[in-house]
Amino acid sequence: MPDLLLDPMLEGAWALSPSVALRPEPFGALAYHFGNRKLTFLKRPELVIVVRVLGEHPDVRSALVAAGVPPSQHAAYGEALRGLARTDMIRPREKELAR
Amino acid sequence: MTAVQERPVGGSLIHQFELGLDAPICLTWELTYACNLACAHCLSSSGKRDPRELSTEQCEAVIDELQRMQVFYVNIGGGEPTIRPDFWHLLAYAVDHQVGVKFSTNGVRITPERARFLASTDYVDVQISLDGATADVNDYVRGPGSYDTALAALQNLQDAGFKDAKISVVCTRENIGQLDEFKELADRYGATLRLTRLRPSGRGADVWDELHPLPAQQKVLYDWLMAHGEDVLTGDSFFHLAAFGESLPGLNLCGAGRVVCLIDPIGDVYACPFAIHDNFLAGSLLAEGGFQRVWQTSELFTELRSPQTGGACAKCSFFDSCRGGCMAAKFFTGLPLDGPDPECVQGYGETALAGERSIPAASQDHSRSGATRNQPVLLQLMTRPPVSACAESPLAGYEPSSQGGCC
Ligand code: SF4
Ligand code: SF4
Repeated sequence: MPDLLLDPMLEGAWALSPSVALRPEPFGALAYHFGNRKLTFLKRPELVIVVRVLGEHPDVRSALVAAGVPPSQHAAYGEALRGLARTDMIRPREKELAR
Repeated sequence: MTAVQERPVGGSLIHQFELGLDAPICLTWELTYACNLACAHCLSSSGKRDPRELSTEQCEAVIDELQRMQVFYVNIGGGEPTIRPDFWHLLAYAVDHQVGVKFSTNGVRITPERARFLASTDYVDVQISLDGATADVNDYVRGPGSYDTALAALQNLQDAGFKDAKISVVCTRENIGQLDEFKELADRYGATLRLTRLRPSGRGADVWDELHPLPAQQKVLYDWLMAHGEDVLTGDSFFHLAAFGESLPGLNLCGAGRVVCLIDPIGDVYACPFAIHDNFLAGSLLAEGGFQRVWQTSELFTELRSPQTGGACAKCSFFDSCRGGCMAAKFFTGLPLDGPDPECVQGYGETALAGERSIPAASQDHSRSGATRNQPVLLQLMTRPPVSACAESPLAGYEPSSQGGCC
């Protein structure tokens, strides 16, 4: 379990990968990556909001706050985002966009 | 039936899938019932072209609609899809409209030139059907010459630099002993092996008794999948084997009408590619409202998405993972849909098969009537007329590695 305060994922600047399309579903969304053809299910509407707004925020933590995810769940979301990063669903943004 | 329930938030993905999605995940589209082969177990009883087959313009309209619904890819099959003169056009049209294509072929039109074209595309996957690792085992079911055709296609793809073709195998009594050989064959061509379950669908109903893996072979298959699960695709089709103990990777769920469906060559929409029968016909996409209306509001699909009872299986301790197995397999062997699968690995299927049952009559058949040059030996041994093409998995495309999902 990553330390909430030190989780580098929460401090980084990320965005939805340009090859990914999100399809809204009653449970959240389906994310499909046209490049590696991976299909992932985002099981919470909040997570869908988070990945949609990631690119507009200086870091993950502020995207979580904007999406209304309570701080107690930030670690779990960090973990989920790491999973999405592993399959290139989300990508780190260029340095200059980071704080 | 109980009152309509509000859709719950959260819960397991399987539970959400059972309630249905706004658009299918695994959509199979059979472009034609015409086929150059006459495989004994053809799930769609293919052979002759249906004169009502969708025109090029109608097919383009279907693709436009799939794009609007964000169906990210379709599994194209048949019949032999590549013998439609507009096949390559439709392939390009789909890809240009953000609908990726995986197509199944017996290889007949995968010439060096076509292979080079395929190698130059993105979003196209090719599955070559092969039901024996050796010519004798394959051709017995798929017809003389079909092994050589498939291997020539694989060779052409490899020579053209096409990456990661799939070798799609329907597991039968004849080929379960060849699993290692299939794997070697796939490795030789830089391909991925894809194993799927034989269902008693289409002409498969006629040969199922003779071809379906015996109980001891089911265990061999299970053990092999447990050992090689990482490197082979299964379309999640073997979830009935979960009752041997551990679940196989992937989803344990009959996706029919929930995440899976079939569009047939004339635009009829069925719950699953293995359920081409009037009982599982949800409607036609040519009617008002198109495919979206059939998918989202047809009576049949609504019913398939409502809570199902476990029937005789509910008492079984493996019900959570096996879920009573395959609806189509039960239906076409004349077993109750809420009871055990005919290949129930706990042995309840055999008991059920031994009891009273009536096998439903086929509601359509595109088999050619006379014997053909390509007729497999298996069919010559049988009384019913022959014909065609090859298995399309209902759950294909689920990427087991992505099933962990998020949160
Ligand atoms: S093949 Fe069987 S288990 Fe799979 S979706 Fe079709 S009916 Fe359901
Ligand atoms: S009794 Fe039903 S749930 Fe149990 S293993 Fe057999 S088919 Fe599966």
